[in-house]
Amino acid sequence: MTIQKLSLCDLTEGQCARVAEILLTGPMRRRLRDLGIIEGTRVECLQRSPFGDPAAYRIRGAAIALRREDSRGILVC
Amino acid sequence: MGLTTGSTGRNAADSGLTIRRLSQRDRVIALAGNPNVGKSTVFNVLTGMNQHTGNWPGKTVSCAQGRYSNSRGDYILVDLPGTYSLAAHSAEEEAARDFLCFGDADAVIVVCDATCLERNLNLVLQALEITSRVVVCVNLLDEARRKGIRVDLKKLEQELGVPVTGASARSGKGLTALMNRVEEVLGREEQPPPIRYIEPIEQAAAMVEPALRPLLKGRLNSRWIALKLLDPDPALEQGLASLLGANLLEQETVRSALEAAWETLSQAGISRDTLQDKLTACLVLTAEGICLETVSTGSQSEARDRKLDRLLTSKATGIPIMLLLLIVVFWLTIEGANYPSQLLSAGLFWLQDRLTELLRWLHAPEWVNGLFVEGVCRTLFWVVSVMLPPMAIFFPFFTLLEDFGYLPRVAFNLDHLFKKAKTCGKQSLTMCMGLGCNAAGVVGCRIIDSPRERLIAVLTNSFVPCNGRFPTLIAIITMFFAGMTAGPLQSGISALILLGVILLGVLLTFGVSRLLSETLLKGAPSSFALELPPYRKPQIGRVIVRSLFDRTLFVLGRAAAVAAPAGLLLWLLANIQADGSSLLAHCAGFLDPFAQLLGMDGVILLAFILGFPANEIVVPIILMCYLSTGTLADYGSLTELKSLLVENGWTWVTAVSTMLFCLIHWPCSTTCMTIRKETGSWKWTALSVLIPTGIGLLVCFLFTSAVRLLGLG
Repeated sequence: MTIQKLSLCDLTEGQCARVAEILLTGPMRRRLRDLGIIEGTRVECLQRSPFGDPAAYRIRGAAIALRREDSRGILVC
Repeated sequence: MGLTTGSTGRNAADSGLTIRRLSQRDRVIALAGNPNVGKSTVFNVLTGMNQHTGNWPGKTVSCAQGRYSNSRGDYILVDLPGTYSLAAHSAEEEAARDFLCFGDADAVIVVCDATCLERNLNLVLQALEITSRVVVCVNLLDEARRKGIRVDLKKLEQELGVPVTGASARSGKGLTALMNRVEEVLGREEQPPPIRYIEPIEQAAAMVEPALRPLLKGRLNSRWIALKLLDPDPALEQGLASLLGANLLEQETVRSALEAAWETLSQAGISRDTLQDKLTACLVLTAEGICLETVSTGSQSEARDRKLDRLLTSKATGIPIMLLLLIVVFWLTIEGANYPSQLLSAGLFWLQDRLTELLRWLHAPEWVNGLFVEGVCRTLFWVVSVMLPPMAIFFPFFTLLEDFGYLPRVAFNLDHLFKKAKTCGKQSLTMCMGLGCNAAGVVGCRIIDSPRERLIAVLTNSFVPCNGRFPTLIAIITMFFAGMTAGPLQSGISALILLGVILLGVLLTFGVSRLLSETLLKGAPSSFALELPPYRKPQIGRVIVRSLFDRTLFVLGRAAAVAAPAGLLLWLLANIQADGSSLLAHCAGFLDPFAQLLGMDGVILLAFILGFPANEIVVPIILMCYLSTGTLADYGSLTELKSLLVENGWTWVTAVSTMLFCLIHWPCSTTCMTIRKETGSWKWTALSVLIPTGIGLLVCFLFTSAVRLLGLG
């Protein structure tokens, strides 16, 4: 069985998913880990900003805004 | 807007963290926690101090300290900057971690947000790895209860193995109990932290620990140091070396133990690169496990926040509501300031007349009256009556929005535009602070992680007109553009024009940021993660009292300190004659040809130059200069003021040019000193003066020339 992998930025408002893989490196990877985003973490796209980017995600009970460049590097399933 | 004497000017930058003990018995307690969990509120309630609080992450930019005493002893509390982790990836994290490791804290209070406990526990666990002398304060319990979130504090205490207390710091609940429990952990023996890593990591740590113990001599937790050495961190190693007086890595025993440990790890398939991931994953999963045991969440816990977010940040309504809010705040400021302003000036100038009478009655020489009453008092009174009411109205409104949690939403709404300018969305938070005071805005730029983006935010902060410049803008707008009939409609038009001026400043910020990103400070926008905190009901009474009281005092103090000597100087300049006319006339005359090119006159330009210490005094100086040749019957009336200005050659072109130059010119001296401190460089400070000055001169020149060419002026 293959699970199709999306990026976090592909989620529509209200859609939930689990983090499958984090492709980001460097400081942003560490920042996301500190916020509790690791493989298996449940995320929900809450809201896009007026210009469509960034978007807010629910991550472990907090609302975190991420830019598309960053959320693209987080694969979800 | 951390506009207090502590957050601007001389005390703005960190003066290093030296703990001021009054006696050897004082216990040092560090306050750590995630950003925006109410650490500063806890700190303020306990110490009776007045650190700036507001509902957005990153307000506490320097470590404040204060005292607390109970029947059991005296404590020094240190408010550390909020961090998500102690891994020291940013300056704040490093400061927080270093203080916990090397700062000689007798105990640590980790403040947690009950509405978001899981992520907060991550930090608690990291703190517990460093020391067992931790008390966990689960704050915001009232807010959690309203959202249907329940935290089993007893169970949490069992799981963590350290005292856990609940609190609702905003209403002052639970903090006495918190301090009582601090005593339990003072001098406590180190205990194993409630976190186990996966077996290969535990094995590796156990291999290094024996080599460390004789070197550390019980001063730091050897297990934690072992883990840290496995995942190398030069900053920590440096700190360790200076604490121990020897570099651990230079010890043969440590080096060989580390080599063996890394070998064990790589056999288990863990490379040095993946080690960090594994370490954090274990922490996160442990926190998740503890939360499953201790926290129960209601079903509709965040419905209200999401509804508000849909209103305040959606495509259709986000930006319009933002502009509307700004207009309403401006309108209330202008409309509300009108009457108190007139009242104040009537009162203060009545006082001036009485002072003059008093001096006459005392047969004081005429120059005494001139110097002190017409010079010092008059300038001072003007500053107070024209400048104070708008500030006293604007600040509380703005603080209410801040307390509510709206500012991070502004950053969220506008981030896309900042990304286009290749900077960080958090810059909009620093601009909001700049609306209060540019010096505070510059200090606030520390919340921006990337040094390049932080520097851009610092250099462009003065494009947002601070509260010292608002009243100048408002006065000119009301006199020249909103008609002279009083009423709500007129204030509405004034508010609209003021909004336009601010938007021009914002536009310039974007443009200059973009320009800097492509020239002097080349680079791509860095990554961005901004937490949108829960909305909180503003503490209306407290906010109004605090912002009025703090800021009124601050503004009055600054006005007195600057306006009084400026008034003195001005009176001297106006009354010392040389070559048949006053020095003031000479100065103004000297500047006049140049100023005329910019659509202003010598007096206005001179006022901006003399207003370098504080923008508040620009209008008073202009009036003083004109008055040294003319007289003003009714000080409080804008109609009278306008006719004085018109007599001195003001047209609508002068008014627009003055407003433009007011928006775009050098930052005030306080801001300049703050920029020097924050950037550590005179070069960047000079640039922060040159950029707005150059643009301001250019804009005024272009505007005036265009109008003159078109024959409109």
